Amino acid sequence: MAIQILQEKWQGQVSLVTIGATKEEGGSRSSVIKIGGEKSLPALFKEGEIPHKPKVALEIWDIHPSEWPEALSKAYKDTLDDPFLWAKKCIKEYNAECICLRLQGAHPDFGDKSVEDEVSFIKEFLRKVNLPLIILGSGDDTKDNILLPACSEAAKGERCLIGSVTQDNYKDTVTSVIRNGHSLIAESPIDVNIAKQLNMLISDMGLSLERIVINPTIGALGYGLEYAYSIMERARLAALSSDKTVASPFVCFIGQEAWKAKEAKAKDTNQGVMWETITATALIQAGADLLVMRHPLAAEKVNKYIDKLFDTE
Amino acid sequence: MYVIGELINGMYNNIGKAVSLKDRAAIEACALAQVKAGADALDINCGPSSKDPISDTQWLIETVQSVTDKVICIDSSKPQVLESCLKITKGSAIINSTTADEDKLGTIVPLAKKYNARLIGLTINKKGIPQNKDQRLELAAQIVSYCADKEFPLENLYLDPIAMPINVAQGQQKEILESIREFKLISEPAPKTVIGLSNVSQGTLKRSLINRTFLVMALEAGLDAAILDPLDNELMDALITSNLILNKNIYCDQYLNAYRKK
Repeated sequence: MAIQILQEKWQGQVSLVTIGATKEEGGSRSSVIKIGGEKSLPALFKEGEIPHKPKVALEIWDIHPSEWPEALSKAYKDTLDDPFLWAKKCIKEYNAECICLRLQGAHPDFGDKSVEDEVSFIKEFLRKVNLPLIILGSGDDTKDNILLPACSEAAKGERCLIGSVTQDNYKDTVTSVIRNGHSLIAESPIDVNIAKQLNMLISDMGLSLERIVINPTIGALGYGLEYAYSIMERARLAALSSDKTVASPFVCFIGQEAWKAKEAKAKDTNQGVMWETITATALIQAGADLLVMRHPLAAEKVNKYIDKLFDTE
Repeated sequence: MYVIGELINGMYNNIGKAVSLKDRAAIEACALAQVKAGADALDINCGPSSKDPISDTQWLIETVQSVTDKVICIDSSKPQVLESCLKITKGSAIINSTTADEDKLGTIVPLAKKYNARLIGLTINKKGIPQNKDQRLELAAQIVSYCADKEFPLENLYLDPIAMPINVAQGQQKEILESIREFKLISEPAPKTVIGLSNVSQGTLKRSLINRTFLVMALEAGLDAAILDPLDNELMDALITSNLILNKNIYCDQYLNAYRKK
């Protein structure tokens, strides 16, 4: 007797979020990426439509990332002092589809660049680099409260993904993101209840749930990956059961976490690339829709993995 | 839990009047208010005083469908009314209801199959309302086995153990709650369960409190759906909170609003 494979029928759907706006759409991006829209758990293609593959964005800083381990920074050689050269390398050599720009230099402990300087930098970056853009603040709440709204305004119409906002700090950025036509990253500390609450608070301010991307906060392999995995799985099961308040795509900051691991930083090994790759592929299985990565080789491996996973012919 | 709004019923004075005057606005407002409060489906009953139940119920359904695409639950015991309304219902409907009598099942189950409708089966027959759990289970098993024989999908079947007023049948309440739990064991896939909640508090002074207390207990017993008044805020709050405690929804500080937003 043939084995009957039980299939789940889902009622809900993850929201579809577009990053980037082309000229026809009022922006100046050469392409856009779409994330989310799935009606099934990851890779269960027969249970429901999964219209878009997970996407990889490469991370670029506005200042030299002096804390990056050598195994990582050597992949970019001498471009790390110049974000424009760095971006060019990501596009020309590493075929980046999307750039994640972290404004680390605005952090009081990392140079404290002024908001005006960062605004001019964003404008120049948008002129010179025409890929869809994720803009991250410095990580300092007080500074980001001024910085992110200003950057959101400077990038008006480009439909960027901007963040992150948190439960205690979201109002100014949300207002600006609504006004300037972007989408928003909502960050919660590996806590599904807070993820849901934050989505409610943001949507109460008038930003539709379809313009929110959840940053569930992750741990790298060996550093709480399973915990992040279970949180993402729980939210995704609720989303597919029609709970719209958690039906946002997930963005995972893979590189940021993976390269903190001491195993990744071990000298004269290839462990960092593997650490970043494995962290990413595991979280794709948990439902990650957008992966912000650092090492180009890890990004390449993950893209290959995604292509193979989606090759259902 | 699946909420079927009960308020469009000609038994209520405002709706009875709206039906006789063909007051569309009153019906539309009642439908929208229930949807806003969290109803997943709307029960439609033209009431006992209607002189032409087919055309009155059809008018009610058309009016409701002009403002919402929520599921229509056609509330009538007359097969002619049910079929004429199934013909004009957009999407799949719920038939409310059949009894466990063979002749009733013989007419209504084929209708539900033909129109791909869900079906509410009352555990009642010509002999009357069952007086204990075992009688309810016997009637439930009759309905389930009839549906299974006719290849009606059991996941589309909602068994109703018949709620009874607490001031008339206090001793039955526990039997009803236990029936809800045990109906689930009759078949695989399990049939669903539904209850006409407001019956429980009929004729009492503390209607809302009795309704919501019963609902919470019934949810714990595994109740899947209820025909109730979604405008009773405290009732809906109790329902939403029960879903949280039973781990059916994810908690957040604004969980009441979050549920209503979904």
